[in-house]
Amino acid sequence: MSEAALPMAAAATHADDLRRDARREQLALFGLASPALLLVMVVLVIPVGWLFYLSFIGADGSFSLENYERMFDSKSYRRIFWTTFEISFLTTGICILIGYPLAYFLAQLPRRAANLCLITVLLPFWTSLLVRTYAWLVLLQRKGLINEWAIDLGLWDEPVKLAHNMTGTVIGMVHIMLPFLVLPLYGSMKAIDRDYLRAAANLGAGPVRNFWTVFLPLSLPGLFAGALIVFVLCLGFYVTPAVLGGGKVIMVSMKIASNIELFVNWGAASALGVVLLAATLVILFTAARFVKLDRLAGGGH
Amino acid sequence: MAGWLSRPASETQVTHGQRLWLYILAGIIMLLLVAPTLIVIPMSFSDSTYLEFPPEQWSTRWYDNYFGSLEWRSATVTSLSAAFLTMLLATPLGVVAAYGLHTSQMRAARLTFVILITPMMVPLILVAIGAFYVYVKLKIVYTLAGVVIAHSLLALPLVLIVTSSALKSYDMNQEMAARSLGAPRWKAFLTITLPQIRFAVITSALLSFLTSFDEVVVAMFVSGGDNSTLTRNMFNALRDQIDPTIAAISTIMIAITTLLMTLAQVFGKTKEGG
Repeated sequence: MSEAALPMAAAATHADDLRRDARREQLALFGLASPALLLVMVVLVIPVGWLFYLSFIGADGSFSLENYERMFDSKSYRRIFWTTFEISFLTTGICILIGYPLAYFLAQLPRRAANLCLITVLLPFWTSLLVRTYAWLVLLQRKGLINEWAIDLGLWDEPVKLAHNMTGTVIGMVHIMLPFLVLPLYGSMKAIDRDYLRAAANLGAGPVRNFWTVFLPLSLPGLFAGALIVFVLCLGFYVTPAVLGGGKVIMVSMKIASNIELFVNWGAASALGVVLLAATLVILFTAARFVKLDRLAGGGH
Repeated sequence: MAGWLSRPASETQVTHGQRLWLYILAGIIMLLLVAPTLIVIPMSFSDSTYLEFPPEQWSTRWYDNYFGSLEWRSATVTSLSAAFLTMLLATPLGVVAAYGLHTSQMRAARLTFVILITPMMVPLILVAIGAFYVYVKLKIVYTLAGVVIAHSLLALPLVLIVTSSALKSYDMNQEMAARSLGAPRWKAFLTITLPQIRFAVITSALLSFLTSFDEVVVAMFVSGGDNSTLTRNMFNALRDQIDPTIAAISTIMIAITTLLMTLAQVFGKTKEGG
């Protein structure tokens, strides 16, 4: 009896030691993430927390909600929010209309051809945002290529104002956002099991019905996630509206920047930032329920 | 050709001919995606002050203008240094964090991963003014170090995601085998694991470089003076006028991006080939 108990007790302490070692090793491995965590904390989390605090401080330095009240009371602020949502909705809508057929086309190509065609989506995706915005500015200006060609073709007689307004902003933003919609949508279309389509056809569904009742519903999660990502990126957009809007299109990001650069009003900028961040996080949280967020990763625009 | 048109195109018995419209539409969309950027390239070689296409007179005067300007040259050096240093900082930080979170089975690992990819989700303008605020306190605003730190923050999520997905498809037992044969953990990582995820690491490094090199909004706030980045100067120039020198700089940027992405593609292919 006692001879058997001894090794068992030893084994028990061994097991304890092993468990403690494993625990310590887990902690050490976890610690490998600490430099990255430090970076995110110091440069992002703490400053954004501080901005959150600043947004509740009024001009006289005491706690107040004036920065938020201004957003509801002031006409110019209301217009900025309206413009931001209008542009975001328009851009997302046009991206869906253009992106869906393209993704559908790409998803049905043989692998080799699809990879080749995907380059046309990936190339703009990785080209500098600023370069692409500049390209559109050049194309859309009064003496630009588009006006020149349209007049030559007889589409319109006088040069039309395409840049430095809403039209130019939306055109540029659609071009920049399209890959963010097409890539996740393409992925979700590729993942659809073709047997469902064959089965539906076998049961007598024609091509049109097959598309509307089988393919489209199955592709919706990808479409939804892509559209939400585009919408979120539009809400926080700065560069393209600043350049192609020519000062006439003011979005939330631009107001935040001018509040800091011109008026040095941190309270007002912070409150706008908090609202923008809250809207973004709510939408991303919704999107995360449909598609894993890291699958949508790619461009930090 | 006629045979191809009447052949079924998909599982739903539609022939290629019946959906020719889709092919034409997709072709136009793909053209519209690529053409606007590429059209800048011939324009940059035009002799005219107006951006013409096609150029009537070819010349490299805008390139001479660019290389001759001290301001543009210094901005280019800043941007390239910032991008290179961002690559050197963000890649090891991200790879080590990804490895730690992947191997540590702690419950907090999942949450930490989400925290580390937040820089990707927060609107850039908030990152920019937040960093600006901290930098003023730390007195590193308008320094190269400040730009590198902020850009590393933006590149970190990409490194983390690319490396994590490579680690998921890697068999950790290989590292266990090395360690059971007496190799310490760091050595097992460096000699067994790292060489097998090297393509992910190289891709991460290239993406970090590009993230920094192309970044505008954060650079607008935290770079300046002698340490202005190329994108910051370009952005400011664009708000005033359409200077053809920008077309030359854009062409150079397109060339750099294409080169880096081709490299990434080549390394990706090698991986697939085994």
